[in-house]
This record gives sequence, C-alpha cells and structure tokens, in this order.
Amino acid sequence: MIKVDKKNIPQNTGMERPLAPKESRLREFRRLLKGNRPAFVGLIIFVLFFCTALAGLILTSGPKPIFDPAIVRLQEKLRPPLSSPHLETMRPEEIPKLGLYLLGTDDLGRDVFARMMQGAWVSLTVGFVAVGIAVFIGIVMGGISGYFGQNLMRVDQILSLVALLLGGGLLAVGAFVLGAALLLIGSVYIPLSLWLKKGLGKRPLRKWMRVIFTGAISIDTLIMRFVDIMLCFPSFFLILTVVALLPASMYNIMIVIGLTSWMGTTRFVRAEFLSLREQDFVTAARALGVSNWRIIFRHMIPNAIAPVLVSATIGIATAILTEAGLSFLGFGVPPPHATWGNILSDGKRFIFDAPWLTFIPGLVILIVVLSFNLFGEGLRDILNPKLRER
Amino acid sequence: MISFIGRSIIQKIITLFFVSVISFLIIHLAPGEPSLVDPLNPKFTPEMVERFRKEFHLDRPLHIQYLYFYRDLFTGKTVSWKDNQPVLKKIWERFKNSLWLFIVGTILTWTLSFPIGIRSAIVRGGLYDRSATFFSYLLISIPGFFFAYILIIFVVNSFHVPVIGMETFGIGEPPWYRWLMDRIWHLLVPSVLGATGGIAILSRYVRSQMLEVEGQDYVRTARAKGLPEEQVHYKHALRNALLPFVTMFGLILPGLIGGSVIIESIFSWPGMGRMAYEAILARDYPIILTVNFISAVLVLAGTFLSDIFYMVVDPRIRL
Repeated sequence: MIKVDKKNIPQNTGMERPLAPKESRLREFRRLLKGNRPAFVGLIIFVLFFCTALAGLILTSGPKPIFDPAIVRLQEKLRPPLSSPHLETMRPEEIPKLGLYLLGTDDLGRDVFARMMQGAWVSLTVGFVAVGIAVFIGIVMGGISGYFGQNLMRVDQILSLVALLLGGGLLAVGAFVLGAALLLIGSVYIPLSLWLKKGLGKRPLRKWMRVIFTGAISIDTLIMRFVDIMLCFPSFFLILTVVALLPASMYNIMIVIGLTSWMGTTRFVRAEFLSLREQDFVTAARALGVSNWRIIFRHMIPNAIAPVLVSATIGIATAILTEAGLSFLGFGVPPPHATWGNILSDGKRFIFDAPWLTFIPGLVILIVVLSFNLFGEGLRDILNPKLRER
Repeated sequence: MISFIGRSIIQKIITLFFVSVISFLIIHLAPGEPSLVDPLNPKFTPEMVERFRKEFHLDRPLHIQYLYFYRDLFTGKTVSWKDNQPVLKKIWERFKNSLWLFIVGTILTWTLSFPIGIRSAIVRGGLYDRSATFFSYLLISIPGFFFAYILIIFVVNSFHVPVIGMETFGIGEPPWYRWLMDRIWHLLVPSVLGATGGIAILSRYVRSQMLEVEGQDYVRTARAKGLPEEQVHYKHALRNALLPFVTMFGLILPGLIGGSVIIESIFSWPGMGRMAYEAILARDYPIILTVNFISAVLVLAGTFLSDIFYMVVDPRIRL
C-alpha cells in the first residue's frame, strides 16, 4: 500500500471547482427551447390544445353539459360565427351559454363551438393513445431485436410461437377448444423451453432432439423481416380496410393506427441499441454483474429515447391527420359524437354558403398538427448534442 | 452482384407470401361477411346467400379459400363479387386514370422540390430559407381534404372552371382545344394536391443532403482553389448530393397504386384509390386483396430497384 501524504496534494488544482457552470437538465432544456422559436411556439400551442381538449371533455360531457354539442335548433341553422341567437324563438335550454354562436352553427343548428370542443378530446386521445401503442411495441420489439438479436431461436421455440399465433387466430375464428389448447401449449412451453436449455445443457441428445434444439434463425432476423412485411402494406389503405371491417368506435381507430405505425420506432430503437450495446458504459455495467433487464431499462433506454421522442411527437401529428381523414371519409367515431374530421365532412356540402363549417375545423387541425410537427423538429435539434452551442 | 440479386429476390418472394397470408387473414377474420352487407335487401334470401357462399368458396375452410383465391389471382380468373367482372381488368381500367394523376404529380414534385431545396441550402439561415422551411411544414401539416376545398373554392371563384370529375359533366363534343383545356384543368388541381406533401418532404430532404455535402472537405477544397461559387455549388456539391435521390426513383413506384383515397373521392376521380374505397364499402374482398397484393409487389420491386440503382451509381457500395 502506498501511503498518501495529504500535505503533498496541491489543494487548489481547480479539480474541485466544476469546470463548466452547472446547469440542471431541465434548465438547459428550457434555455435551448427558448432559443428555438418555432419549437417554443409549437409547445405553447400544444399546451393550449391540451387544456382545450380537457376543458372540452369536462364541459361537453355528462347529462347536463355546459356546452351541449347535440342540441338541434332547426330554426337557427347555418348562422355565421359571432352571430347572436334569435332569443324569441328558442326555449331557454337551447340558448347557447356564451350568448352568441362563437363559431356559428351547422346545418342542424348545432353550436359549432361546442362540437369543436368535443372533437378536440377525440383528436387528443387518438393521437396520444395510438402513438403510445406504437411506441410501446416499437421499444419492446426494437429493444429485443437490438439487445438479444444475435441469439438464435431454436426450432422448438419457433414451433411454440407458431402455436401461440395459431391459437389466437383460431380463437378469433371461433374454434375455441383447439384455439385455447394451442394458446395454452404455446404459453406454457415458451418459459419451459428457456429452462430446458439449461437443464439439458450437458447431456448428449438423441438425433431427433438435436434437430429440434438447433438454432434456426436469429431473433433479429425474425423481427426485422416482420417489420419488412408490415412495411409492404399501404398504410392508409390498410387502416381504412380494418376500420371499415370492424365496428365503428374510437378505440378501434386508436388501436388500428397504433398497430400499423410501430415500424419506424422499432428500427430507430434497434439501431440505437446496436450501437449502445458496444459502448463502454454497458460493458462496465455488465462487468459489475448488472442484470440484462436493468441494463436495458436503466442504462440503454434513457440513452436511446431521444429519436423515439422526436418520432413520437411527429407521429401524434400524423395520427391526428389520419383520424381526421378517416372521419372525413365517414369511418371515424360514430356520428352523434363530433370530431374535427366529421364536422368538416358534414360542412363540405355547404362550402359556398357556409364556408366556416369547412374552414374552422380545417384551420384548427392545421394549427394543431403544425404545432406538433414544429415542436418535434425543434426537439430533434434540442436533443441533438452535435447542434448544441456551448 | 448476381448472388445479391438472387438472394434478395428469394427474400422478397418469402416476404410477399407472408404479406398475402396476413392480408388474407385480416380480411377474413374480421367480423361480418360480405353476404351480410345488406340484410334488408329482399333479394338476399337464405338460398341466395347459400348459393353465393358456394360460388365463391366461402363455405370452405380458410386455407382452402386462400389457395383458391391465389390460384385464381395468378391465372387471372379472379372476379369481383359485386359485378362478376374480372378484377384485373377492372383494376387496369382504373389504373389508367390514376396513372395520369401520378405522372403529373411526380413531375411537379421532382421539378419543384429540387430548386427550392437547393436554394434554401445555399442561402441557409436567410429569409428565403426560413420561409421555405415554414411553408414546407405548413404543407406537411395541412389536411389534404381541407386543402382540396381551399383549392376548389379558389379555382372555381377566380377562374370559373369546374374541377370535379375527369371532365366537365355534359360537356358533349367540344372542339379539341376546349376539350384539352377542360381535361388539363381537371387533371391539374388533384395532381397539385397530390404533389404538395411530396414537394414539402422532398425539398427538405434535398436541403439537408445539400447542406451535408457543402460541409465536406472536397467542397472546401474547390472553394479554396478559387472556383466561382456557381461551379462549387452546382458541379461539386450538387452532383454528390444527388446520389441518394437516385434510389428514390425506385421508392416512388408504390405511389402508383397507393394513390390517394381521399383526393380521388373528393374530386370523383375514377382511379384506383376510389375503386379501393368503393370495394371496402361493398366488402368486395377480391378487389381489396388484389389491390393490396399489387401494392406489396410494387413496394418490394421499388426497394429492389433502388438497391440496384444505388449499386450502379455509387462505386463505394459493393454487395
């Protein structure tokens, strides 16, 4: 042991002082965001939209909503924005709470302002839930593919996977007994097979068992080929087909949009994981005996999340546009419920007489989607360390 | 090279097989059957439904149906359930209409986005660049159907030409120049709409490629040699920046069939997208599946072509 003589260590090397002014991550983020004006504006609009949607949910739902989007006033149809109602012809509960039609009325005399408020919540939830599903699948698939990718799947594991899928399919068709049996076999066998490998590791195997236990295909190949397959489908057409075949509901739309848009995230996450896995801090963590899952969740995902966040923000914009497009074609949320897409779609017949029915929802969709896109692009610049000025 | 081509063709055929299986399953496992589309129609007696199911093998198990369907598709015998017309003939008819939209849209996209993108890269940070950036975000974010109505109002109010359909309804037999102008007007508005998103995205891409190349050492060398700016930009930088776009020629192939369901239905354009939309409404499975299959083939062919192009153009890539 070398004895350290404390007196010989120079006291003022400058090492104790922080080299750069310390800045917490949040403050740094705020500073960078303020420097990027479009992103800042995008964020403000996004927050406003969020509040509006929440307010819309509270104010337009329930048995006695403050703004009732469903009141039909046939004598008041197609009134332009900011016009005041003819009070003498209306029952008291029909009078709009604001005292005037802020955004006009549609062809049934429904208050467009109330309908827009109701539609905001649909757009918000569809955007967030669909992207949430897509990001979740993307991170799981991309993470598995990037981290465990080179492990080979054995023939027996592939067979049990096929059994699982087939079982699910059969359950959906209606062959319950066979389907449930296959599902059960598959789900029991997969954990068992992981254990079997350890248990059988040393013993010599018979010939047929050796065939079954050979590695056939790497997990990475399997997942990436699946991504390729999914990318072959024309996305809007696929969404349209599935939504048209399923019963109309908001949840189906979210799920379908989510299930058809995870491929990009998977590729990002896989690429990030492949490069992160070779980094020194991961090797160090592994040398310390940290478990695989802790490495993935504690060390790798925080480092890989930046491009995912960016693509998720832009994905929300795309999902809102897709939902509006579906509503416009008549496949969206079923009718009495208002969405921005179906307000516009109902209003298109009166495009020359009542242009506000087209322009209000159109402009609102445009502004919200634009804000998400600008914020996403700004986020890309902010999170990119290469572009930071220090 | 040969081995790469062989391998990728085999891989693509396998992918195509899975695509066909998955699309078949999606369609057939969805609740509801085509025979149930219109239960109130008095012509749909139980016997009719039974005959219908027998005719189109709907009473057989799924895997047999799958084999029947793709056998018919490859021998060209698939018929639409709606009107018993051969599917391939129907698609071909509609395809010819969509092709015009596609050609005009593609020409617009590629001729407009390059100058815009190159100029914004050269004057980076300037007013032009910033406004081009903003407008491209605006065009990406605008919902297609909303933009369509703005354009319709604009064109109808300021030029007094109708733009719905492929030609003016009831125009009869006008002199050829009137007919030509009419056709061009009807074609122009939807293709401009179809091109806007493409212009916005492609010009951004051109800009970023150009910026990347402008930062390279050989561009600095060219400038240091004292070459005039035009020569640096257009000869040294642009040629290298063009490389990735060669591959994009392959990737526009899928656009041939994807078309736009929304734009074609707004303009009542009798193209592929609209046919697919009608087929979805009528649950005409053969048409939906065939369109899906063809578009998957086009996607795969497009990526294959772009790989080949890349290998031919870029000497650094040897597979």
